[in-house]
Amino acid sequence: MKYESQKIARLYFIAALGLFAGQILFGLIMGLQYVIGDFLFPAIPFNVARMVHTNLLIIWLLFGFMGAAYFMIPEESETELFSPKLAIVLFWVFLAAGVLTVLGYLLVPYARLAEMTGNDLLPTMGREFLEQPLITKVGIVIVALGFVFNVGMTVLRGRKTVISSILMIGLIGLAVMFLFSFYNPENLVRDKFYWWWVVHLWVEGVWELILGSLLAFVLIKVTGVDREVIEKWLYMIVAMALITGILGTGHHYFWIGAPEYWQWLGSVFSAMEPIPFFMMTLFAFNMVNKRRRDHPNKAAVLWAMGTGVMAFLGAGVWGFLHTLAPVNYYTHGTQLTAAHGHMAFYGAYAMVVMCIISYAMPLMRGRIANSNRSQVTEMWGFWLMTVSMVFITLFLTAAGVVQVWLQRYTDTPLPFMIVQDKMAIFFWMREVAGVFFLGGLCVYLWSFFIGTDAEAARDSAKVLVKSSTKEYSKETAIA
Amino acid sequence: MNETFTKAMARNIFYGGSLFFILVFLGLTYHTEKVLPERDHRENITEQVVHGKKVWEENNCIGCHTLLGEGAYFAPELGNVYKRFGNSKAAIMAFIKYRPVDGIKGRRSMPQFNLSDEELEAVAEFLKWTSEIDTSNWPPNIQG
Ligand code: HEM
Ligand code: HEM
Ligand SMILES: [Fe+2]
Repeated sequence: MKYESQKIARLYFIAALGLFAGQILFGLIMGLQYVIGDFLFPAIPFNVARMVHTNLLIIWLLFGFMGAAYFMIPEESETELFSPKLAIVLFWVFLAAGVLTVLGYLLVPYARLAEMTGNDLLPTMGREFLEQPLITKVGIVIVALGFVFNVGMTVLRGRKTVISSILMIGLIGLAVMFLFSFYNPENLVRDKFYWWWVVHLWVEGVWELILGSLLAFVLIKVTGVDREVIEKWLYMIVAMALITGILGTGHHYFWIGAPEYWQWLGSVFSAMEPIPFFMMTLFAFNMVNKRRRDHPNKAAVLWAMGTGVMAFLGAGVWGFLHTLAPVNYYTHGTQLTAAHGHMAFYGAYAMVVMCIISYAMPLMRGRIANSNRSQVTEMWGFWLMTVSMVFITLFLTAAGVVQVWLQRYTDTPLPFMIVQDKMAIFFWMREVAGVFFLGGLCVYLWSFFIGTDAEAARDSAKVLVKSSTKEYSKETAIA
Repeated sequence: MNETFTKAMARNIFYGGSLFFILVFLGLTYHTEKVLPERDHRENITEQVVHGKKVWEENNCIGCHTLLGEGAYFAPELGNVYKRFGNSKAAIMAFIKYRPVDGIKGRRSMPQFNLSDEELEAVAEFLKWTSEIDTSNWPPNIQG
């Protein structure tokens, strides 16, 4: 870390992890409501818990992306952040907006909240993931504008790199696509059509640019591989992401009333969407194999490789599973969708945020890397959370198969609620896996409090000394 | 990746490819908008249907149900509920109206939203219109 203003990222990362914990808590509440239907009813109905769960997810990922940008952009641009003050003000604005919104969900009936916050002015609420009141949505836009301006000015003032340009395009794209959340046609078909311009074109479009650039940044730092090589990979990954992902939006247009040619277009292009994710896996493993030094931060390397693998599994493999129209006809809107949604969001976006946190946080605390003890604990957190998520996905997949079999792909379809009862065993197992996930999260959070600066310095020095005497591919570089 | 494939080439593929597919996507969107009226039967979107959609949104129904397969997976699909309830708006209205305030012991149950008669009518009318959208024969059967 070379610039004082990079330290602002720390605030953002702490908030992100705090909200992550909240997200998981509400996930567990819902998981229990799946099997004990009246749990917390009517105090926290399922739909309220779900809004809190998914909106916290989005908010904490945005905190993570912003923190990542505040950390990376000054370093890439080789200059201090344009306005550290603005970054701090926007942090508190965004946190207040996020917390107030969640409190609104929990304390006020949703219809009342809609009335209080001017949903009559411009109805935008009550659509999945975009449940936020109008004022919150406007707040998000203001924060996003201020943020893009701040990092944008920094980029313009300093060195321009491929990583910072791709990151900027991703962040601007994120803000621009969010504007479609204000467009809510009265015609449900058109509403759904453009709703996906936010949701799909985020996670399978512009967010992949952010994902790629964060990964590339960490890989340059921990492997010391030549920037030219890394940047060429990055360009190809994001090229494939947009080339397949934009028309891939069609995989959501099969059954909502859009014309039938989307069944072909959506199937063909989205079937290629796993390619960029597969490239990310290759990218991470190749760069680590070709490394020119051993970085003392082993945990960050693990997160980088883990992100590659889990993003490919969750988005690529589990996405492909149900993306062809003839398959999707039976699986659309079942527990299979939830299985994929979980592993993809965790494997790609939650993990890449924890990857950059893992790399950046020790630096902001004045260390090269955390002590061995702390890193070992962090890696326990990594494995517990990741393996739990694999099991959550597998149990939801099993539930989904049962659901398709009894309710969809059959001549004698059973009613929804009857089928849900027959899936209960898998919902119970998902909940158990969820408790392990929470355990993993606690271990992970605990790792931040382990080990002194002195211990960290001693452990890092050992790795650096060893690294400097070892033979790497060509030249050795220490930074 | 080898030396003959340069970074400049990769960059051009990124910018060129993305721009190309953005334009194709916009073109297809334009075309979709043009043919959509035949499939969404927008001539039947009355003021009541519009109001019904608003009631649907302001009570966050999507937080438990799917509608045309999108939403939450906690409660039944409602895109075809009008047909499942025997093409009866009255049945839909009665179901929503008589949900017990304190739920059903041990079971998932729908909250009591205290909708007015006008709101009940509207949301039922919205679900009726929704069930008439041409969804390429989805869902596969009446159970949704
Ligand atoms: C990291 C990237 C991705 C994330 C975070 C993600 C997340 C999600 C989520 C949350 C949903 C459910 C949306 C809803 O509530 O209606 C969904 C649906 C879907 N995703 Fe992804 N996804 C990703 C990548 C992919 C990829 C690469 C593919 C295809 C290969 C794919 C295929 C699908 C399909 C077909 C659906 C619709 C499922 C249905 O019909 O119910 N996804 N995705
Ligand atoms: C303890 C762990 C967790 C449990 C028990 C849990 C449970 C749930 C439940 C019950 C739902 C609602 C499904 C429905 O609509 O019926 C849900 C939705 C969702 N959760 Fe989780 N969750 C957990 C962790 C996570 C994590 C770690 C992530 C991502 C990083 C995540 C992302 C999502 C997403 C994106 C949705 C919406 C899915 C869709 O629309 O298809 N959850 N979760
Ligand atoms: Fe998608």
